[in-house]
Amino acid sequence: MEALISLFIRAVFVENMALAFFLGMCTFLALSKKVSAAIGLGIAVIVVQTITVPVNNLLFNFVLREGALAWAGFPDADLSFLGYLSYIGVIAAIVQILEMVLDKYFPALYNALGVFLPLITVNCAILGASLFMVERDYTFSESVVYGIGAGVGWALAILALAGIREKLKYSDVPAGLRGLGITFVTVGLMSLGFMSFSGVSL
Amino acid sequence: MSETRKVLLAPIFANNPIALQILGICSALAVTTSVNVTIVMCIALTSVTAFSNLFISMIRNQIPSSIRIIVQMTIIASLVIVVDQILKAYAFEMSKQLSVFIGLIITNCIVMGRAEAFAMQNPPGMSFIDGVGNGLGYSVVLLFVAVIREFLGAGSLFGVEILATVNNGGWYIPNGLLLLPPSAFFIIGGFIWILRTVYKDQVEESEFTMKAHVKKEAM
Repeated sequence: MEALISLFIRAVFVENMALAFFLGMCTFLALSKKVSAAIGLGIAVIVVQTITVPVNNLLFNFVLREGALAWAGFPDADLSFLGYLSYIGVIAAIVQILEMVLDKYFPALYNALGVFLPLITVNCAILGASLFMVERDYTFSESVVYGIGAGVGWALAILALAGIREKLKYSDVPAGLRGLGITFVTVGLMSLGFMSFSGVSL
Repeated sequence: MSETRKVLLAPIFANNPIALQILGICSALAVTTSVNVTIVMCIALTSVTAFSNLFISMIRNQIPSSIRIIVQMTIIASLVIVVDQILKAYAFEMSKQLSVFIGLIITNCIVMGRAEAFAMQNPPGMSFIDGVGNGLGYSVVLLFVAVIREFLGAGSLFGVEILATVNNGGWYIPNGLLLLPPSAFFIIGGFIWILRTVYKDQVEESEFTMKAHVKKEAM
């Protein structure tokens, strides 16, 4: 249990998807102008992350890994080279299913998320979390915790950036740096702040 | 000919994927601590972009628009698998250093963005060149960042020591900040600033303008 809590803290703060690994930067920079939009996107990422990382973990352990197909009578099969294709397929499918389920049963949430849900398919943070999970060989319960943690960390980062940018637009920035340039510098400073978590462990 | 040149060269500075289109930043920052790794990453990305553009453009008239995203994803993912396997076979050390970032080319917005924005409307040859051009635009930014980070952060280029560091009995005290993640953001921010000072038309409109200061007496 302790190990799982520590993993969660690490995934949220120390190994923050956005600020330590720069994953999901495109949407992170493009959609962080308003806090309301950032909240929607953040929730969507948490939900998708929580589902896809464990599912990909099962897929890896029971289908793709070397010798994993022994239960089906193929003890020599090693399908790990198909990894990328399967993970992205799983992510695309889950996002699609989630979209349909939300549309049918939770229309309010569906409308709040709007265009962000399909966009999540191409968010590197989602695929990145799955790839890190495979690389670090997490067990199933670890992968659940890691998925939630990675999602929460990303949501936290985009919320903070959106809050800063909402105030930043009133400031007088040099012409060439306006917009994207100053956003990069801001994210750099935030990243510097998050680095102070790097020694934290439970 | 001039059209081809334009397609090839425009993305390098005038319409840079990273600095103007906000595409493909994700992997751009994490792999730039040393020039060698960066070059491998640039070659990998440029070839994936070019070939995915080529193949998607070849079958663009057969793809039903409702499932085009999945089709594009499949093509891109297959190309990335090829690149990954080649790297694992011939440059294993390098592929370990790049770890998940080769896989993340799949979700690199440049590849997807160019497929969607260019390859779906243009013939294969032109799309291939557009892919190469955008790959080069990405590479220019990455190399710029990587050279600064490795040169000032470790005193070396391509792994060869140029400024003798204090640890090795020299004079140069390496700036450790440049090897840490945040520095990449500052350098790219600076790159955008330089680019937009040259290409004035890329400057974004400010949403609010500051009211000029008024002297007390005048009020």
